[in-house]
Amino acid sequence: MDSTPPGPAPRIANLLRQVRLTGEYHLLTEAIPYTRFLGIGVENTTGEVLCRMRYAPMLIGNSSIPAIHGGTLGGLLESAAIFELLLRTQTDRVPKIISITVDFLRSGRPQDTLAKATITRLGRRVANLQVQAWQEDRSRPIASANALFLLS
Amino acid sequence: MASDDTFPDDRRQMMESINGFLRDSVPHNHELGLSVVDLGVAEATMRLPYAEKLVGNPETGVLHGGAVTTLIDATCGISVFMKMARMARIATLDLRIDYLHPATPGKELLARAECYKLTRAVAFVRALAHHGDPANPVASAQGTFIIVED
Repeated sequence: MDSTPPGPAPRIANLLRQVRLTGEYHLLTEAIPYTRFLGIGVENTTGEVLCRMRYAPMLIGNSSIPAIHGGTLGGLLESAAIFELLLRTQTDRVPKIISITVDFLRSGRPQDTLAKATITRLGRRVANLQVQAWQEDRSRPIASANALFLLS
Repeated sequence: MASDDTFPDDRRQMMESINGFLRDSVPHNHELGLSVVDLGVAEATMRLPYAEKLVGNPETGVLHGGAVTTLIDATCGISVFMKMARMARIATLDLRIDYLHPATPGKELLARAECYKLTRAVAFVRALAHHGDPANPVASAQGTFIIVED
């Protein structure tokens, strides 16, 4: 799976060098198709790096409530963990997920969702992270996750 | 489909009705092209077509874990409907996914979920995601669901 890609793929290592220097996070989030698809961006407006999943109707999982699909919240939590690792450590490859446990705490309303990942352990090969996702009130998270990644 | 509809006896009719529900009432599953390909007494199998927009690592073409999470969450939910023999309002409480090996780029992904225990309020589910051979799974999952309305 670490074989050379067939076409000219974006070089994550080069992008990372630039993003770490300039804070142009969109270069990184746009280089990853799934985060571009979900509308996930990284921002630092308060001196803290956060992830934002911009609301779009296609994120809805149940149109009768309506609520954001749990799978997309899982995708946001995992993405926040990946970006935290890419921006806080010296890794130059996208870390590989080993395991994730997501707790769904409240249903997500049709609006932007924010997420913040915290590295709880950074080893040579494995990183553990804790991630929270919320909407308007940070003290009332809508989902949280524990995730393990393999760094290589 | 009304939320308390009892399933028709015919398995194929049931699959059509669930796929119709997903298409009309679950925008994100529809966006991903998720569909039910098999149903059992307490089981469901769903298919996620490979798509470039779901890639998590542009250097390898491997799907993002979030797409796998969505497939597994949806399949688990439908296995609960099968065990209940009807569609009630349910919500995922928690979901743990172990990634056993990366999904192969370009290949569709299948998930098979089994609701192995149902109480009045809670459903317990396990699932495997694979590329056609359940003996060689990409991911293994376990989740719990709350039955919101009876």
